[in-house]
Amino acid sequence: MDQFLQQMVNGLSLGSIYALIALGYTMVYGIIKLINFAHGDIYMIGAYIGFAATTYVHLGFFPALILSMIVCAILGMIIERVAYKPLRNSSRITVLITAIGVSLLLEYSMMFFVGAEVRSYPKVLTNHLFHFGGVRVNMQQIYILVTAVALMILLQYIVTKTKTGKAMRAVSIDKDAAQLMGIRVDKTISITFAIGSAFAGAAGVLVGIYYNSIDPLMGMMPGLKAFVAAVFGGIGSIPGAMIGGLAIGIMETLVAGYGNSMYRDAAVFAFLILILILKPSGLLGKNEREKV
Amino acid sequence: MKKSLVLFLLLAMVVSLAGCSGSGDKNGGADANEIKIGINYELTGAVASYGESSVNGILMAFDEINAAGGINGMKIVPVQFDNKSEPAEATSLATRLMTQEGVVAALGPATSGNFMATIPVAMGNKVPIISASATADKGVTVDDKGNVNEYVFRLCFNDSFQGVTMANFAFNNLNATKAVIIQDNSSDYGKGLAENFKATFEAAGGTIVAHEGYVAKDKDFNAILTSIKGKDFDVIFIPGYYQEAGLIIKQARDQGIDAPILGADGFDSPVLLELAGAEALNDVYFSNHYSSIDEDPLVKEFIKAYKEKNGVEPNAFNALGYDLGMFIADAVERAGSADPEAIKDALAETKGFVGVTGTFDMGEDHNPIKSAVVIGLENGVQATSVKVDPN
Repeated sequence: MDQFLQQMVNGLSLGSIYALIALGYTMVYGIIKLINFAHGDIYMIGAYIGFAATTYVHLGFFPALILSMIVCAILGMIIERVAYKPLRNSSRITVLITAIGVSLLLEYSMMFFVGAEVRSYPKVLTNHLFHFGGVRVNMQQIYILVTAVALMILLQYIVTKTKTGKAMRAVSIDKDAAQLMGIRVDKTISITFAIGSAFAGAAGVLVGIYYNSIDPLMGMMPGLKAFVAAVFGGIGSIPGAMIGGLAIGIMETLVAGYGNSMYRDAAVFAFLILILILKPSGLLGKNEREKV
Repeated sequence: MKKSLVLFLLLAMVVSLAGCSGSGDKNGGADANEIKIGINYELTGAVASYGESSVNGILMAFDEINAAGGINGMKIVPVQFDNKSEPAEATSLATRLMTQEGVVAALGPATSGNFMATIPVAMGNKVPIISASATADKGVTVDDKGNVNEYVFRLCFNDSFQGVTMANFAFNNLNATKAVIIQDNSSDYGKGLAENFKATFEAAGGTIVAHEGYVAKDKDFNAILTSIKGKDFDVIFIPGYYQEAGLIIKQARDQGIDAPILGADGFDSPVLLELAGAEALNDVYFSNHYSSIDEDPLVKEFIKAYKEKNGVEPNAFNALGYDLGMFIADAVERAGSADPEAIKDALAETKGFVGVTGTFDMGEDHNPIKSAVVIGLENGVQATSVKVDPN
């Protein structure tokens, strides 16, 4: 039993990271129907900004986290403005290919500037242990969970209670109608990218501190898995992304802990295929029929 | 959506095959008092650190030989190219070295995959190639059919020997009877080591209580570690590279697993210490080609000279590169001519070559018969070293 609870703690820490990244995927998809494959790389850049802030400027955890979120938000807006906005009226495949291009651009320019080797964070948080019965939870896991939950509550608040959130929802339902109502569509899309990218940046810093290892290609796998999480939860749905992220994290942990660790990644992607066959709209997704 | 994912994966694959660019330098002009030796190494790209370290060692050896008057009065001229860590580039450079530059032998590449790509060229042009660090079990010095590749040599032990060494070390030196294996599933290196460790450990009377796996670039090993924590075992063997091993060691120690952790030469990097932290690196042992705390006067002399020249402690690749430079010079001297055929025979007949990474004879299968060193870490620093002889 203790072991099972311990695995759930492991799964929740991993899942909150996926959930934070999945939120960005789902928000961007919700608003402009684009799967932003560069999102995993914004998470990577967030990790490097956190690294620079803690290593060279000696900032603490929260200042580094906030700095990284701000820089990633700006980066997200720039990417949207430069790469996606000119293609607003092009076919979806064009934008998708551009997204892949942006992803590769970020990865390899980062590799050019910082080198390919892995880097490790300085010790920012203590790894003080708490024992709950036989379950060990360390300070870093608590920070990850608390930060992730706090950010998700904040996002839920922004989306449901503020004017900006209302605008985001309106644009996601019908862009043209929203524009006619006086909503500034471009600004709203920019804000969506900013929020999504800030969350990815936060996830990057948390991962850097928790696992102590970052490299320019670190965004690839978590990016793909967060994408699976977003599809599982129902792409476009914010609560769906949170549930999807946590579910993928826990699933991975259980497969590795009780099944066979060699099939962990295979299980996640087999799961993606199953969802796409059985319930393409995902857990909380809207079941929309495409008009022919 | 399905299509876009496939597209993305395809593109990701294509790009991971592409690499960085760089350029080699060329040495022209033939001279009776010169002997040209090709250097075909990874100076840029994914495994540039292996190539650079090896070439530093090789050039240091050549400088020493040339300063002492060369080989029978002939100066060694290295002809150096960068293969960009790519097998295709390594193949075309090998061809260029042998057909246009007229080298008597070619050294490198450092990794097994790239080295293997140059084998057909060496066999076709009848020019010997030697690698100091291609440790793959299959397809290097012996082909698929079991025939020895006549012009292919190496001066490092292979992966299976390290697996056997660590199994014996666990059983005999650490008195372990129950082991857990956490292997790197994404490399032949990890698989080869794990297979040989398992076979040797079980033959000695030990049992493998759990066999787990991961792939390169994984960061979270808590699930695996939590599941093995409930089991009864004496040692953990991690056949893999330092990027992941460092994280596994850190997470294992954080979870309170204090069993000895074993590995192979993939642990040999300063990054291991950065990733795992000094307090986690206790009771960690790995096999390697050489140890910097070796008391052998030859090793001490090499370390001193290397530090004077480069300002840093030599790593295993530096030491292997240095031995490789000395080894080819020794073979040319014994061959008594600059004829590739005679040099090939001299390489094959090597007996009792004394190098920094150990003394060896060249075996029938063109693999050296040499000992490994098992290094023990205390607080992240090399504290003990035990020589383990073959068989």
